[in-house]
Amino acid sequence: MRDTFVATTTAILEEDPRTALVLADISADAFAPAMRRHPDRVLNVGIREQLMAGVAGGLALTGLRPFLHSYAPFVIDRAYEQIKLDLGHQNAGAVIVSIGGSYDASAEGYTHQSPGDVALLDTLEGWTVHVPGHPDEVPGMLWAAARHDERVYIRLSSQQNAAAYPGTDLKVVRRGPQNGAVVLAVGPMLDPVLRAGLDVTVAYTNTPRPLDVNRLRELVTDEMVMVEPYLAGTSSRAVSAALSRVPHRELHLGVSRTEHRGYGSPADHAQWHGLDPAGLRASIDAFLRKD
Amino acid sequence: MTIDALKRADAKHAPSAYSTLDVLWVLYDRVLRVSPETVDDPDRDRFFLSKGHGPLAYYSVLAAKGFFPEEWLDDVGSATSRLGHHPDRVLVPGVEVGTGSLGHGLGLAVGTALGLRAQGYVQTRTFVLLGDAELDEGSNHEAIAYAAAVGLDLTAIVIDNRSATHGWPGGIAARFIGWRVSHVDGRDRDQIEAALTLKGGPRVVIAAVEKKES
Repeated sequence: MRDTFVATTTAILEEDPRTALVLADISADAFAPAMRRHPDRVLNVGIREQLMAGVAGGLALTGLRPFLHSYAPFVIDRAYEQIKLDLGHQNAGAVIVSIGGSYDASAEGYTHQSPGDVALLDTLEGWTVHVPGHPDEVPGMLWAAARHDERVYIRLSSQQNAAAYPGTDLKVVRRGPQNGAVVLAVGPMLDPVLRAGLDVTVAYTNTPRPLDVNRLRELVTDEMVMVEPYLAGTSSRAVSAALSRVPHRELHLGVSRTEHRGYGSPADHAQWHGLDPAGLRASIDAFLRKD
Repeated sequence: MTIDALKRADAKHAPSAYSTLDVLWVLYDRVLRVSPETVDDPDRDRFFLSKGHGPLAYYSVLAAKGFFPEEWLDDVGSATSRLGHHPDRVLVPGVEVGTGSLGHGLGLAVGTALGLRAQGYVQTRTFVLLGDAELDEGSNHEAIAYAAAVGLDLTAIVIDNRSATHGWPGGIAARFIGWRVSHVDGRDRDQIEAALTLKGGPRVVIAAVEKKES
């Protein structure tokens, strides 16, 4: 996904003189050709994430369309107040593209991980959040974001599904029993959900914000499970609000708040957080049996 | 509006309200190429009140220059007022950035100067005003170092009323490595004007005013 991001954003910068890119050293090598071609619009501020966000806000105030990019813990967690004030409070927009997600950087440790990024943006107004599940879903998101001035977050991951699903709407991937449980998988959680071997309807979205509440209301009649690749329960407020008139039960699965203090691979972390197929099956089975 | 009126209107922020008064007047009266008629022009000069605190002098200057009616000054901070104890660019004509939390204006100003340069507005100038205590915020130092590294055309003004709790050993100018520095009397309008009309940057104008009484 990162390679797709670099190639697409380089093309966007070439085509649209209104666009700009602000970096804080991360991925600077990959964007070196773009920086040579557009030295005034491709800016590397060094290891200064607060400044990266402030510069993006300033660029937007002059009418440019800034993209900014780093690991999720640095571009979101560290620069949270700049995102809140230098973008939102100024009524300015930007496109934030992160890598690393919850635990792609598994061996780097917790300093390089951000399970809470989407929850943090949920405290703020007006953020569209894309969580692509496949590299082929990324270019459309970037091109669309370049065309307006709103606030957009694109959360890239090294975890991905086998197949891409075009568009950003909420779609049913597999039909289960009529009026049975619906499992909504976000981004790269789709394949683990499909492999969990559950007799349920499986739906998919790569755009959890704004949540497609109309489609969700059409689908859910009784039991609903949300499976997200970031902090568990991040979408509970949005789902509850969407289904406030539907008697139903909800389960929210995702990355737990527990800091495991282990390294290993992303697959190890998925297992520790119960987000591998076996863990998902156990949690969802227990919920449906009302254990 | 007199300084006494400013003091009465905003007791908490009074020292910061009038510490900036002369610099603000010189900016809007003699330096900035911006008026109520050009407030949306892409090549207008920019001024950012980074510290945001005590904005009554700022509001008064903007009202005197016709950016909004002077009557707005009569109910600052009320439920229906557009003028709060920190300025909001969405609510106040002529206010370029909404500030209040310290340490945001310089980064925004760096981005604005870069954005203006990228679009070829080479005559447009960007100014940002900070307080000496505001320099305590580390975010400023990210912006100071980067602006120097890329030789950005930007003018910062530091109002020095010696309000930083631990002071700045070695002086404020020593924090702006790679910047051109001017020291002025923050109450001497001709000195202020002379420093602010110098071009090329990054440049910092340190305007000393009377010490803040705590």
